Amino acid sequence: MVVFSGDLDKALAAFIMATGAVAMGMEVVMFFTFWGIPLLRKKEGKSKNKDFFGKMFGAILPKGASKAKLSKINMGGMGTQMMKTLMKKKNVASLDEMIDLAGELEVKIYISEISMNLMGFSRSEMIDYPDIGFSGVGKFLEEAGTSKAQMFI
Amino acid sequence: MNDKIETIKSLDLTGFACPIPIVKVSKVIKEVNQGEVIEALTSDSGALANFPAWARTSENEIRKSEKERENARFFIKRSWVCQGTQN
Repeated sequence: MVVFSGDLDKALAAFIMATGAVAMGMEVVMFFTFWGIPLLRKKEGKSKNKDFFGKMFGAILPKGASKAKLSKINMGGMGTQMMKTLMKKKNVASLDEMIDLAGELEVKIYISEISMNLMGFSRSEMIDYPDIGFSGVGKFLEEAGTSKAQMFI
Repeated sequence: MNDKIETIKSLDLTGFACPIPIVKVSKVIKEVNQGEVIEALTSDSGALANFPAWARTSENEIRKSEKERENARFFIKRSWVCQGTQN
C-alpha cells in the first residue's frame, strides 16, 4: 500500500484497511511517500542543521498524525475538529491509535528515502514504530509484485 | 433455533467501530483450538457483511449469526489450521 496523501481522512482509511487486512490473515507493507511522510513525524523535538527549505517544510507540514487535516471541509480546522469529536463519539479509533494498532499487528512501514530527504527530514525525526524501514521504489515494487492487493492512497 | 452451540469464549465488542471487531476476533480465534467456537457480539453495522467475508478469507467458519436489535451475534468456529508463523 502506498500512502502518498497526508490528509487525515485518507490516512485513516489507509490504516483501517491495513489493520483489517492483517485480521484477514494478510501480510501488510505500507510505503509512505511525499505528503504521507509528515504523518510519521514525532510530535516533539527539533532537528538541527537544516537548510532553509528543510526548515520551511518542517514548519509548514503537520508534525505527526494528530496534526493532520481533513482533505475536504477542513474549514480552517473547524471541520477537522468536528470530525475528531464525532469519531470519539462513535468510537472510531484516532489516527494515532490506529498507527499503534498497526505496530502491534506487525504491519511493516517503509518511508521513501528520497521524499524524506527532499523535504529535509531526517530518520531521527520519525516516530518510534516497531517495524520501520527506509527504502526506495525498488523495495516497493518488489513487495507490490508479490502482493494480492495494492493500493495507492 | 434450539440447538445450542457450545462456545469456549464470549467477546463483547459492542461500541467498537470497524476494523476493531475483526481485529479482536482474529486475535482471539488464534488462542482457541481448532474446532472450538467463540461467540462475538458487535454493534458495528458493517459486521453482517464484514464477519462472513473475514471468515471466508481467514478460513474460519461462521456457524450461526443472529441479529439482536442494533447488535449482531456471531458464533465462529476455528477451522483454520496453525501454519506455525502465527502466534
